[in-house]
Amino acid sequence: MIGGIRFLLNDSDVLTDVAPGTLALDFLRRDKRLVGTKEGCKEGDCGACVVLVGELFAGGVEYHPVTSCLLPLGELHGKHLVTIEGLNRHALSPVQQAIVDTGGSQCGFCTPGIVMSLTGFLLDPETRKDARGCKNALGGNLCRCTGYASLIRAGRQVLQKIGGNNIFTNEFSENATVQMLIEQQVLPAYFQSIPARLKNIPAKVQRRDRATPYCLVAGGTDLYVQKGDALANLNVHLLSRQSGLKQIKLSEKRVHIGPLTTFEAFARHPIINQSIPDIQKYSHYNASWQVRNRATIGGNIINASPIGDMTALLLALESDLVFRAGRKQRTVALKSFFTGYKLFDKAADEILTDVIFPVPDAGSKINFEKVSKRQTLDIATVNSGIKIVADGALIRKVELSMGGVAPIPLFLKKTCDFLRNKRVMPEYILQANDIAQSEISPISDVRGSSEYKRLLVRQLLIAHFTKLFPELIQVRAFYEAH
Amino acid sequence: MKHIDAAAHTRGESQYVDDSPQPLGLLHVAVLGSPLAHGKILSIEIEDALQCDGVITIVLAGDIPGENQIGAIIPDEHLLAEKEVFYVGEPVAIVVAENFAQALQAKNKIQVQIEELSAVTDPRAAFANGQIIGTPRTFVFGDVENAWKQCDLIVEGRCDMGGQEHVYLETQRARAVPLENGAMRLYASTQSPYAVQRTVAGILGLPHHKIEVDVKRLGGGFGGKEDQATAWSCLAALAAWKTGKPVELVLPRHEDMVMTGKRHPYSSDFKIGLSAQGKILAYDVKHYQNSGAAADLSTAVLERTLFHSTNAYFIPNTRIFGACCRTNLPPNTAFRGFGGPQGMFVMESAIAKAAEQLNIQREEIQRRNLLCENDIFPYGQHAHEARAEKTWAEAENSFALPGLKERVAQFNQNNFEKKKGYAVMPICFGISFTTHFLNQAGALVHVYTDGSVSVSTGGVEMGQGFSTNITRIAAKAFGINQVRVKVESANTTRVANMSPSAASATTDLNGNATINAVTEIVDRLKSLAVSELGLGQKEKLSLKKERLFYAGKDTGWDWKKLVQTAYLNRVDLSAHGFYATPGICFDKQKEKGHPFAYHVYGTALLEVTVDCLRGTYNIDSTKIVHDLGRPLNELIDRGQVEGALAQGLGWMTLEELIFDKRGHFLSNSLATYKVPDVFFMPDDLEINFLQTAPGASGPYGAKAVGEPPFMYGIGLFFAIRHAMRAFNPKADLPFNSPLTPEKVLLQLHPQWGIDAENRRR
Ligand SMILES: Cc1cc2nc3c(=O)[nH]c(=O)nc-3n(C[C@H](O)[C@H](O)[C@H](O)COP(=O)(O)OP(=O)(O)OC[C@H]3O[C@@H](n4cnc5c(N)ncnc54)[C@H](O)[C@@H]3O)c2cc1C
Ligand code: FES
Ligand code: FES
Repeated sequence: MIGGIRFLLNDSDVLTDVAPGTLALDFLRRDKRLVGTKEGCKEGDCGACVVLVGELFAGGVEYHPVTSCLLPLGELHGKHLVTIEGLNRHALSPVQQAIVDTGGSQCGFCTPGIVMSLTGFLLDPETRKDARGCKNALGGNLCRCTGYASLIRAGRQVLQKIGGNNIFTNEFSENATVQMLIEQQVLPAYFQSIPARLKNIPAKVQRRDRATPYCLVAGGTDLYVQKGDALANLNVHLLSRQSGLKQIKLSEKRVHIGPLTTFEAFARHPIINQSIPDIQKYSHYNASWQVRNRATIGGNIINASPIGDMTALLLALESDLVFRAGRKQRTVALKSFFTGYKLFDKAADEILTDVIFPVPDAGSKINFEKVSKRQTLDIATVNSGIKIVADGALIRKVELSMGGVAPIPLFLKKTCDFLRNKRVMPEYILQANDIAQSEISPISDVRGSSEYKRLLVRQLLIAHFTKLFPELIQVRAFYEAH
Repeated sequence: MKHIDAAAHTRGESQYVDDSPQPLGLLHVAVLGSPLAHGKILSIEIEDALQCDGVITIVLAGDIPGENQIGAIIPDEHLLAEKEVFYVGEPVAIVVAENFAQALQAKNKIQVQIEELSAVTDPRAAFANGQIIGTPRTFVFGDVENAWKQCDLIVEGRCDMGGQEHVYLETQRARAVPLENGAMRLYASTQSPYAVQRTVAGILGLPHHKIEVDVKRLGGGFGGKEDQATAWSCLAALAAWKTGKPVELVLPRHEDMVMTGKRHPYSSDFKIGLSAQGKILAYDVKHYQNSGAAADLSTAVLERTLFHSTNAYFIPNTRIFGACCRTNLPPNTAFRGFGGPQGMFVMESAIAKAAEQLNIQREEIQRRNLLCENDIFPYGQHAHEARAEKTWAEAENSFALPGLKERVAQFNQNNFEKKKGYAVMPICFGISFTTHFLNQAGALVHVYTDGSVSVSTGGVEMGQGFSTNITRIAAKAFGINQVRVKVESANTTRVANMSPSAASATTDLNGNATINAVTEIVDRLKSLAVSELGLGQKEKLSLKKERLFYAGKDTGWDWKKLVQTAYLNRVDLSAHGFYATPGICFDKQKEKGHPFAYHVYGTALLEVTVDCLRGTYNIDSTKIVHDLGRPLNELIDRGQVEGALAQGLGWMTLEELIFDKRGHFLSNSLATYKVPDVFFMPDDLEINFLQTAPGASGPYGAKAVGEPPFMYGIGLFFAIRHAMRAFNPKADLPFNSPLTPEKVLLQLHPQWGIDAENRRR
């Protein structure tokens, strides 16, 4: 990258020549010695490193909590990075005070991250809408000492204090929220000056240096877990610098998703909520809020992990992928994209620029299932997406995917073919399972034995149909049939 | 009083080892662990690594100036491997470099050639091979053999319990700073500063006094930094000694998980005999502890398993056997409960199996056999102030057990694939180190002329609220305001020969030592005041709220005046206090005695819903009546109960250590080893404290609270099992923990396994 990275770190301006692939967490702890941000895992799984990142958005600044251990420093150009040091005022903030009052901090190692998440919660118009959101806000924070009960009490105490301002019912603009939170002493006064200061930072255009090998980074939530420390020294190409990769739009009965759309933005978007009515429920079981704020749809697909949740869902939705390399553009069906374990139909210099799926017909039913050891913030043992078009009990069309049961995110073509024109009845579903069992090839690994995964395939098939056709078929029938 | 560090914690201002300002020229370390579980080291090639950028030196076993030995109880563990490696991750070499990234890069360039030898991971196989650490132990009480004849029902079974990774959020770390004259100061994240001091001294071949260990706080310990912290301090010290520079060692999470020992997995056999009325008449149990590759604390852990093998029940005839079995896993170690949970799990399993055969609810047997006053434990101690029945009755009444049973039965009637289950879980846990001599503590108290007070003890703050408790105890003992008291780091130059902060006894021991030190100073102050004020009897003086009273009347002197006068009159304002728990003893020949100062009791009710289609489960509620004595600080104690419970629930369900047959740890990151998160814990959590009588020997009647609540979590296993049986009454459910969603689903569908087997043929 040419020139340095310029951003606001708490109340100060930073201009640095540190490599853009450097982890924000390392920069904070090693270069800046801002040691309030802790390192607990460096894999996005513990939340000890959570920071807030603020970005200019329609005149205001929108803040999201993210895990700094998966955040490339280059991403911060033109943004506001807030660490625990940047929240401290002379007196404790209501969030800090509540944690003290309820005994929500024991060894304290997780505590800064928790303060950041709960502050992020108050800054986020969606999450703070209902009181349960406070639990969602802590979804990415592990605490081994408290057992969380005191932290939930802390959340409740904060809500009681700030809740009087109707932030849960009123639509506050970003600016008004920040203003109110400054008045409530949640944020220090300098936050007021941030939008103007960010506007002063010129945008950065990144040119890809094609001569040296480079690494495309979207959210980095997979890359940094896989390659960790190596990325600091690599030539990283931050896709977020490229414009036009983030929007979601409807065009000719097709939904277009910019591949840089984050999981969280995806689940919140009105177009997506119309097409996939339960998307928010599915999203709850996908990573954590802190990771969903970074992880992208495109990254999930190109990462080609057999258990990618979004990929499984998009497979069932009959998605297509659009790639571009220079001026060349081509479209590939997601169903035929994967060719082997972590192998796929993409040239090194191709960038995924669009993910497209047809708007589901009015009569179609969609479901997504995921079973993991821990239900939240865990990778699936087996996941599955399904879309069914039915005429009463008659199945016209099925699109079924299963993850975790093959080297690739699997589309179960034969099973789908079999189910077409069958009635929703236990015997057909069990026969479909027999076919599914021949299509899959699960292996035993740390997420479960192959026997378990095979059983899950059967169970999730039953789950899909009993959930989508409750009036026609019940789980009981499958046990009595046997 | 709130947790004394909490405000600084929420501001991110509390300093952990590597947060304090770095000394100039601080070097960093990466540790190379053995890639194999067992083998002969043929060669270690370090030339390439030494050429790497920023590398200062590489340290091998041969560099150790003293003795290459870190075993705490039994000297059977090298700091750095010499000729043979015994587990994957065993430290073989360390790279010292200018920064951590460089050290890491160089580490990957070291070539170790090892001739692989066969590895054992199963404790029963190790036992059969005679791979036993220490000597097997047997507690005998009554006459089991004769008792079988009187039993109407005898059932036998087997339990297999998984271990548990500590997942302290702060991984292992230490910073070593060379001082003049060959001395060394260590800032360590350890529960056992003295163990670090004496072991580093041994490694460097120096007397103990040359090594100073300072511990400000830990980002969690849970037993994982009682003995397992020592090696990392030793390695940092060794590197500092070799380079003459300050050195910091911080284990990345992955290394921490692979290299350090965990809670012991156990495999046990039980045989239980009952009368037709459900009275347990005899219990015979054999525990095979998976100790890992070295003794560590295993023999002490095993001992506690034996002590707690009958949990909160009185059984007139028992035979309890246990052996530490040496395997090729990292040396397993202390973890909250210290072997107690494994002993109790087997007991509860035996009861479950018996109840299922008798076709009655588990709690009917539990209830009928609860310990009563003066009942005798298998190790000869009498139960005093037994609260097993009391906490049970309280829990049953305040949480409406009959209503819960009714609700669960109703739900199960009305639902097919979702089933509810519940369990009652009584606990009884002995307080004291079972190693007799560890039940001692020292405290050093200074009063400064401005009236402020400094307290040093041998206790370590690891989040459990120790400093808060000591602040409170010292202030109360003096009769002054808490803000005057500062609790210092645990430092070996201020308090010598400390016992580890463990066994839930840290506040008990160090609090009493603090009281003794304070009492001595107060006594001197009173002597002075009587003579200065011309009063008659010292005993009539008292300090309350910083004012000095004589026979209840204010003398006009306040704390400051008292302290200043004392100083001008050359009265010593410092004192060292010492405490040794009275009345405890144990004869290891007879396996009888009075090993515990007192016992802690409690009863929990747990309710769970199992999705039998998917094999997943949700904890609906956990309700606890817990015996606290006179709590020092309810907020802190509640935190201990909630935190321990969460770990217990995790141990029983999600937390699965997966080792392959060759001893490689597969669930070696937080992505694959899952601990409870905020959604896992029940929304409906109630804890009632039983506050009847003060504890026997805790400071001001408080009872230890760190470990006992962990064992409420055991109930979750049986609640899930209950629900599973409601779905499939015919399923033959093994007593294998953790009861992961995988096990639930496969066990609920045994036919699937059989079909799969047929398909394979
Ligand atoms: C704690 C944690 C929890 C997680 N939980 C889940 C979960 O529950 N479910 C789940 O499915 N995943 C989960 N993940 C995995 C991960 O978050 C997702 O796979 C995510 O979608 C990856 O997106 P990213 O933008 O971060 O990808 P990156 O890491 O940036 O990139 C991944 C790969 O895709 C390539 N790439 C990305 N975008 C493009 C593009 N537009 N064109 C070409 N190549 C591209 C990159 O070069 C790289 O090879 C989790 C990860 C973490 C760390
Ligand atoms: S360090 Fe654990 S999530 Fe970042
Ligand atoms: S307070 Fe220790 S991990 Fe949360």
